[in-house]
Amino acid sequence: MSAHDHAGHDHAHGGAAHGSLKGYLIGFFLSVILTAIPFWMVMTGAIDNKQATAVIVMAFAAVQIIVHMVFFLHMTPASEGGWSMLALIFTVILVVIVLSGSLWVMYHLNANMMPGLHEMRQMP
Amino acid sequence: MPESLTKFIFGRLTLESLPLHEPIVVGTFIVVALGGLAVLVAITYFKLWGYLWREWFTSVDHKKIGVMYMVLGLVMLLRGFSDAIMMRLQQAIAFNGSEGYLNAHHYDQIFTAHGVIMIFFVAMPFVTGLMNFVVPLQIGARDVSFPFLNNFSFWMTVGGAILVMASLFVGEFARTGWLAYPPLSGINYSPDVGVDYYIWALQVAGVGTTLSGINLICTIIKMRAPGMTMMRMPVFTWTSLCTNVLIVASFPVLTAVLTLLALDRYVGTNFFTNDFGGNPMMYVNLIWIWGHPEVYILILPLFGVFSEVTSTFSGKRLFGYTSMVYATVVITILSYLVWLHHFFTMGSGASVNSFFGITTMIISIPTGAKMFNWLFTMYRGRIRFELPMMWTLAFMLTFVVGGMTGVLLAVPPADFVLHNSLFLIAHFHNVIIGGVLFGLFAGIAYWWPKAFGFRLDPFWGKVSFWCWVLGFWFAFMPLYILGLMGVTRRMRVFDDPSLQIWFVIAAFGAVLIAAGIAAFLVQIFVSIRKRAELVDVTGDPWDGRTLEWSTSSPPPAYNFAFTPVIRDNDAWWDMKKAGYRRPLNGFKPIHMPKNTGTGVILAVFSVALGFGLIWYMWWLAALSFVCLIATAIGHTFNYHRDFDIPAAEVAQTEEARTTLLAAQA
Repeated sequence: MSAHDHAGHDHAHGGAAHGSLKGYLIGFFLSVILTAIPFWMVMTGAIDNKQATAVIVMAFAAVQIIVHMVFFLHMTPASEGGWSMLALIFTVILVVIVLSGSLWVMYHLNANMMPGLHEMRQMP
Repeated sequence: MPESLTKFIFGRLTLESLPLHEPIVVGTFIVVALGGLAVLVAITYFKLWGYLWREWFTSVDHKKIGVMYMVLGLVMLLRGFSDAIMMRLQQAIAFNGSEGYLNAHHYDQIFTAHGVIMIFFVAMPFVTGLMNFVVPLQIGARDVSFPFLNNFSFWMTVGGAILVMASLFVGEFARTGWLAYPPLSGINYSPDVGVDYYIWALQVAGVGTTLSGINLICTIIKMRAPGMTMMRMPVFTWTSLCTNVLIVASFPVLTAVLTLLALDRYVGTNFFTNDFGGNPMMYVNLIWIWGHPEVYILILPLFGVFSEVTSTFSGKRLFGYTSMVYATVVITILSYLVWLHHFFTMGSGASVNSFFGITTMIISIPTGAKMFNWLFTMYRGRIRFELPMMWTLAFMLTFVVGGMTGVLLAVPPADFVLHNSLFLIAHFHNVIIGGVLFGLFAGIAYWWPKAFGFRLDPFWGKVSFWCWVLGFWFAFMPLYILGLMGVTRRMRVFDDPSLQIWFVIAAFGAVLIAAGIAAFLVQIFVSIRKRAELVDVTGDPWDGRTLEWSTSSPPPAYNFAFTPVIRDNDAWWDMKKAGYRRPLNGFKPIHMPKNTGTGVILAVFSVALGFGLIWYMWWLAALSFVCLIATAIGHTFNYHRDFDIPAAEVAQTEEARTTLLAAQA
C-alpha cells in the first residue's frame, strides 16, 4: 500500500509520448544508484543511528518514486491534459491522510489504552 | 473411500456442514430450490437459454449490464429484507422469558448477512447499475471505455453474491456483524467457515466494484461528447464521477485489510490477534478508512438522481449548479477525514476525537447546501408530482432527520452514550433507506421508460411509495427511542417487558415495508402487462433536460446515431429550445464492441476458487486459480473484439423510429 503502488497504477496508462533511449538509461542509472545507496547504508551500517537510517532509506524511496514517474511513466504536469497531475495530487493527499491519520490514531490509542506497555518500555 | 481421500477431496466440507438441523433454513432451502427449479424449467421450456446467453449474459452493452445489475440488486434485496423481517419478528416476541424462534447461532448469522447483503449486494449493484445505464447516455457516448471489463465486473459482483447465498445452505455465514471485527473474526473465536465465506465473497465482488469504478472514471473523463466541458456535465454524471473516484481510492483498502485478516486466519500471521504484537484496533481503523467513503459512494449518485429529478419535474434549470458540483467534490475529499467517528469509544482521547467530531460536523455543510439547492430549484417551479418527484420529496423530509441525528452522533460525548445503540441503527437506516433507497426508487421510476420504452404503472408505484415511507417511519422511529433508552444493537432476547411495545411497532413498520416491496414487484408486473397502454414512443416522457432523453426509448445498441454536440448544461433542453431536428440521413457505419463470454467464465472460476479456499479444498482452489489466469491470458489473444454496425442497419433503425414518431404525431 505504498505511495508508489498507487501512483504507478494511476498513471501506467498515461499514453503520453514515449521516452527516448537516453531517458530510459538516465532513469535506469538513477534507480540503480538510489537503490544501491540504501543497501550500502544498511549493510555497512554507515550511520550509527538506526532511526536516522530508516528515515534516509524512506527518503530515497520517495525520490525513486518520482524518478520512476518521470522517466518510465513519462509524467509531466501537462500529460493527459493535467489529469495525471490531478490524480497524482489526489492520491498523495489520500495516502498522506490514511498513513498519518492511522499513525496518529493508533499512537494516541496506545498511549491511552495500554499504560502497562508504556511503563515497560520506559524501564531500563 | 479412505478418510484421507475424502478429506483431500472435500476439505472440511462434510454432511454435517449442511444445516439440516435448522428447520427454518431447510424450509427456506426447499422454497428457494423449488422456486429456482421453476425458473430453470421455465427458461428451458420457453427456450430462452440461447437468448439469455447471447443477448444478456455475454453482452458488453452498458445498458444491458446496467439492467442486469438492477435485477441482481432486486433479487438480493428480497434476501436481505427476509433477514430484516426475521430479526424484527424475533425482537418483537423475545420478551418475558421467551427465547423467540431463532437460536443465537442462527440469529447472529442473520444480522451479519443482512448488513453484508444490503450494503454490498443490494445498494452497490443498484447504484452501479444506475450509473452504468445512465452515465454513457448522459454524456453522449456509445458505451463505456472498457466494455468487456464492464461485463466482467458485473459477473464478479454476481460471483460474490453467489458465495453469500451458498453460505445459507452449505455451511454457515459469519456471526461477527457486518464488518467482521477481530479478534472475534479471528481463527480462534470463529474457527468455522462463516468468516471465510465473508472474506472471499467480498474479495470476489470487490474486484468487480473496483474495476467498474476505474471503467466509469475513464468513461466520464475521456468519452464526453464534444462541447461537454466538465462544468457542463449533468449533475448525475458529476456525482457518479466522484463516487467512482471514491471507489477506486477506497476499495483497495478493504481488499488489503481483508487480505490481512485472511492471512491471520489461513497462515497464522498476527496482524489483528490479541497476542504476538497484533492489534485488532488496527483492523477497525483500516476498515473504516474504507467504510466511511463507502457510505458516500452509496449516497452521492443518489444526490445526482435527486438533482436530475428535481430540475426535470420543476421544469427549471437546477439552482446553483456550480455550488452543487463543488459541494460534491468537497464531500468527496472530506469523506476521507471522518472515519474515526465510527469508533470514538475506542479510546484515542480528546484531541483525536474532537478533530474527527469537527470534521464530521463540517461534512454536513455541503450536504445541507445541496438540500437548499433542491428547495430553491422547486421554488416557483411548476412542480409535477409524478412518482420520481414524490420519492424526492420523501427523501428530503426523511433524510434531513437522519442527517441531524448524524450530527448529533458526531459529538463525541453524545456518541459515548449512543455508541452501538439502536439510536445508531435508526440513524444509518434513516440515511440509507431515506437517502439511498428512496433515491434508487426515484431513479428507477425516472429512467425505467428510457430502459424499456414504457412507463411504470403510477397506481402501484404510489401504493409502494406510501407503504415504504410510512413503513420506514414506523420501523425506525421506535429504534431512536429505544436507543436513547440505552438498548444496544444485535440483541436477541430482552428482559425489560416495557420495551416490547416499541419493538412491536417496529415490526409493524417492517411489515409495511414488506408490503411496499410487494407493491413494487406488482408494479413491475402490471406495467409489463399494460406496456401498450403505458408506452412512450417519444423517448422523452418527462420533458427531460439531459442527453439521455434525446435518443429513443429503449435506446438503440449504439445509443446515438450521431454524436451530439453540447452547447449548454441542460443539453437536451437547449437542443429542444433551439428547434432540434433528428438527422434522417447520412448515416455512417458504427464501430462497436463484440459480446464475449469470458466475463462469465472468469467469474465461475473465481467462485470455484473462493469455494475451494473456504472449505480448504486446496486442489479446487489451485485448479480454478490456474484456469482463471489461463482464461484471462487467453482472452488477450482474442483479436476479434469489435465489429461495425453497417450504415444500412443504422438507417433502418432510425427509419423505424421516424415512422413511429410520425404515427404518434
